[in-house]
Amino acid sequence: MRPFNLDHAATLPAALAAARPVAGARVPPTAAPAQFIAGGTQMLDLMKLDTMQPATLVDINALSAAHGRIEAKSDGLHLGALVRMSEAEAHPDILRDYPVIAQTLQMAASPQIRNMASLGGNVLQRTRCCYFRDPGWAQCNKREPGSGCAALDGVNRKHAVLGVSDQCIAAYSGDFAQALVALGAEVQTAGPNGVRTIAFEKLHTASDNPHTETVLAPGELITGFRVPSGPWTRRSAYVKIRDRESYAYGLATAAVALDIQGGVVREARIGLGAVSYRPWRSHEAEAALRGKPLTEDTANATARAAFAGAKPRQDNAYLIDLGRRTLARALLQASRLEA
Amino acid sequence: MPDQTASPQLSRRGLLGASTAVAAGPLMAAAPVVAPATPPVDPRRPVDVALTVNGQQHHLAIDVRTTLLDAVRTHIGLTGSKKGCDHGQCGACTMLVDGKATLSCLSLAAMVRGPVTTIEGIAGTDGTLHPMQQAFIDQDAFQCGYCTPGQIVSAVACVQGGHAASDAAIREYMSGNLCRCAAYPHIVAAINQAKDGMGRA
Ligand SMILES: Cc1cc2nc3c(=O)[nH]c(=O)nc-3n(C[C@H](O)[C@H](O)[C@H](O)COP(=O)(O)OP(=O)(O)OC[C@H]3O[C@@H](n4cnc5c(N)ncnc54)[C@H](O)[C@@H]3O)c2cc1C
Ligand code: SF4
Ligand code: FES
Ligand code: FES
Repeated sequence: MRPFNLDHAATLPAALAAARPVAGARVPPTAAPAQFIAGGTQMLDLMKLDTMQPATLVDINALSAAHGRIEAKSDGLHLGALVRMSEAEAHPDILRDYPVIAQTLQMAASPQIRNMASLGGNVLQRTRCCYFRDPGWAQCNKREPGSGCAALDGVNRKHAVLGVSDQCIAAYSGDFAQALVALGAEVQTAGPNGVRTIAFEKLHTASDNPHTETVLAPGELITGFRVPSGPWTRRSAYVKIRDRESYAYGLATAAVALDIQGGVVREARIGLGAVSYRPWRSHEAEAALRGKPLTEDTANATARAAFAGAKPRQDNAYLIDLGRRTLARALLQASRLEA
Repeated sequence: MPDQTASPQLSRRGLLGASTAVAAGPLMAAAPVVAPATPPVDPRRPVDVALTVNGQQHHLAIDVRTTLLDAVRTHIGLTGSKKGCDHGQCGACTMLVDGKATLSCLSLAAMVRGPVTTIEGIAGTDGTLHPMQQAFIDQDAFQCGYCTPGQIVSAVACVQGGHAASDAAIREYMSGNLCRCAAYPHIVAAINQAKDGMGRA
């Protein structure tokens, strides 16, 4: 690990001042010299690997007094960026009204990591692509723009099939983000240019420019999330298929929420993960199910629609079928829940 | 760590440089983006770190890169906690921070705020084994023993947090602690034995 300066920011303005970008520098936030650190479970991992090399770390944990609360209000669920994963997964309002959120957290990582990791850091987690993590590989457009992509013809059994390009086929492996994208959440930020609200679906950018991962500016801090309430949030579920039963990233995951009235799906919300380059809202699949009863046949047809645009490489074609089955199972599982 | 002699400094810039007011409100139009006002400090100077480990206070002047695991093992001299992977994957380094199971290999010592309990702090002050330690012995819940300090610390958190109601719940809670000797069934048996002695399921 390279040496760095450690700043303990006591307040939001102090954190923003400490991470203020250098004038004129044009770098994506992940390459900025000053980086925020919350739980540190990813930042320190990537610094030890030399994949990230910040000159300054800005410790934002003191902000949890102002940005570490969980509040269920009439306009939805408010989650501070410094809420720990283990707090949200066990919160009674989330368990009752937003089960899909609780499940994405319960199935992620390990209890120790969930005690440490913040929700803000969680959604910004970077890919587990082995060529990205190990700087010994020369080719990785995400790490070194323009260097190529070693995964295209390398070991790509766990790489994405949706939203990929010939620049990058890395999978987004986080779980919580699938619930946020499905439920149409918003991200609240504060940065050098003030505060703003971003649709969660717009937070992560496309694979044609893999070096840039989000629309955040350098030095822009996530302060929290709002998940709008809706008639679909209670009838919601997460299915995560992985190589072992626990403590593993997903191979194919699906977060779904359903509004079913009179035996017909009025509204379906579908988020897919691990099979996709970024947290993936499948509007195609949602449209395929709207207005229909939920049966095994309509669930399978919906799942086919979700993967119609899939682009496999040599080792990951199996993910298309696995992804379809995962989504169909999640839809049937959610449909059996009480609204 | 390629450069072991380098030891950075803790800057107070974050506390002082509170000049950018970011109030809730509309996007501030084109606020000028300027370089930080304070000059960069030499990141190789040692930082002062205060840690409370097993009830004892320690004041260290150490490289800012030092993890809680390395601070406890090499600077404080408590070598019970083990370094398996150093990347958050195995759980051998598990300690309690503020009573919560935490990976000390992914924690910077200079960021730790709460009291720390290591495997050395689990037993009674008179040396009486904790019911969980006794249960690991009774149930033969280890072979080589390398993962055991982390297993026991996690197991204590498992019972204290109310995650030991069933074998399935125990296995799920203990999933972050790998055992290459595969003592898993005996570890579950040990936790089942100890939870009665600890007065909670
Ligand atoms: C062994 C292992 C297994 C894992 N398995 C899973 C899994 O199965 N599922 C899953 O979803 N995740 C998994 N993870 C990832 C884990 O969930 C993330 O590392 C964690 O959520 C990151 O949160 P953090 O607070 O520790 O972030 P940090 O490491 O502190 O930060 C991560 C990134 O986010 C930035 N950041 C942090 N907070 C903010 C903020 N408020 N505003 C702006 N930027 C910010 C940091 O600058 C950094 O770039 C695993 C991790 C490990 C080590
Ligand atoms: S898939 Fe993306 S992250 Fe992996 S090597 Fe290719 S460019 Fe890099
Ligand atoms: S040494 Fe910390 S998890 Fe392996
Ligand atoms: S007892 Fe050997 S690794 Fe667990």
